[in-house]
Amino acid sequence: MTVMRSIKNKTAIVGIGMSKFSRDSQRTELYLACQTIKAALDDAGLTPEDIDGLVKQTDDASDEHAITSSMGMGNLTYFGECRWNGAPCAMVMRAAMGVAAGAANYIVVYRAVNGASKRRMIPSMRTSGQMSTSDLLQWTFHAPFGHMSEVGRVAMIVRRYMHEYNIKSDQFGCVPVVCREHGAKNPNGMFYKKPVTIEDYRKSKMIVEPLRKLDCYEEADAAVALVVTTAERAKDLKQRPAYVLGVSQNMVLETEELNTYYRSPVAAFSEMAQVGKKIFSMSGVAHKDIDCVQLDDSYGPFVPMQLEALGFCKRGEGVDFCKGGDRIRSGGELPLNTSGGSLGEGHIYGMNHIVEAVRQIRGISTAQVKDAELVLVASGAGGPASGLILGGK
Amino acid sequence: MSITYDKTHPIPMPPILWDNKGFWDGVAKHELVFQKCKECGNWVHPPRPFCPKCRSLEKEWARSSGKGTVYSWVTYRESPHPAFKAPYSVVLVELKEGMRLVSNLVDIKPEEICIGMPVEVVFDDISESLILPKFRKAV
Repeated sequence: MTVMRSIKNKTAIVGIGMSKFSRDSQRTELYLACQTIKAALDDAGLTPEDIDGLVKQTDDASDEHAITSSMGMGNLTYFGECRWNGAPCAMVMRAAMGVAAGAANYIVVYRAVNGASKRRMIPSMRTSGQMSTSDLLQWTFHAPFGHMSEVGRVAMIVRRYMHEYNIKSDQFGCVPVVCREHGAKNPNGMFYKKPVTIEDYRKSKMIVEPLRKLDCYEEADAAVALVVTTAERAKDLKQRPAYVLGVSQNMVLETEELNTYYRSPVAAFSEMAQVGKKIFSMSGVAHKDIDCVQLDDSYGPFVPMQLEALGFCKRGEGVDFCKGGDRIRSGGELPLNTSGGSLGEGHIYGMNHIVEAVRQIRGISTAQVKDAELVLVASGAGGPASGLILGGK
Repeated sequence: MSITYDKTHPIPMPPILWDNKGFWDGVAKHELVFQKCKECGNWVHPPRPFCPKCRSLEKEWARSSGKGTVYSWVTYRESPHPAFKAPYSVVLVELKEGMRLVSNLVDIKPEEICIGMPVEVVFDDISESLILPKFRKAV
């Protein structure tokens, strides 16, 4: 197995910026992106002139040239994109590779989406001629049967998972309850002081059975920016660096974005399992040493499935691992999504999970794990995936 | 449960491409056909330019038994499109030959649907321009 040991510990996240989460930002996505990048630069103690690299998400509306022109970044030597829900950790990987190879010195990774006010998923969009050939090939086999929503696509995988391991749908409730518990402590999130109980979960309406409303993320308007540089340069900056110890992305045979129906097993995240192997191997870190995890919780049942794929428990034991929430809540053996994540803080496609991992290492989380030194982040469950292990040393 | 339509809205049917045209040509003749590799006999669904097993470009559209079992299923309580009236179920059928196909069930009571239920293909002539392969409980 090839792992990028050559860049282990050589790079770090040195700046973080995050907007408020709202249902209507009343700002353009470009405005949010620039504002958040500025916040990340201030956080790191850098200026726009220092930035010579940008990494964006393919679907993001704010192009690199719009950012450079708006912010007065005069000389970009490295820029590129990552796609899919699994982009976040992969974007950090691109940035880390860029600075480690000397293609740029300080690279900004950003994501800005008016997900609630402007870009709500309109199914009819997906029947238009705007889709890629591969998506179109798939879509003819889904759309005419009414299988059109993302929740529906995920529900199909979750039902199979329940069948294989004899899980009842209300057993998934501990994940949203814990995420909202953490989110209730986070003033920047959408659910500050708004915890939910397991009873609320049971009563939550079904959107696409077996998934309830509380299993699913809500769209938000938000933006995140990160600054990545070399470990050497990081020493001279303002903040405690969050070093990149392990990072990887993955795609396997029959990977699809949230509709991996054509392979066996369907109810397992094969890509995430590969990511897990690589980031643990690259970092040399053991599972028991991870202080907390920031996992893809865009849909609650993804959490037990990811814990299995990443090797924190055996196949089929993820739900038991989360049972009652004691292991995964703040103070437990493996605190989960301590800012609230997608379900409890807000949904910015997994980018806030990386910010929270950095906060944990700096010791400034609103659900701080004592002396947190090693944090694992995962993005893109149920599709092309990526993962990251950050360390304080 | 079976799907019902609001006929004032057309059922979304994305454009058919060269790679999957054979499937829909078969459906138009009430035949369930899938891409099969001429070199190694591997069934390929969704259709692809190459056989992912032996990388051959030589393939044919071969008829499936149309028999299989329910591999997974969901029930939409909220409709994502005005053509479909919620609630309705969508199934993932695993055919005897091993391919899986997203579809709907006909003549089924909600409480009857379960994973492993044997099903067989039927063709729903929805309009002159749209026929869909669906499944009913196999006897």
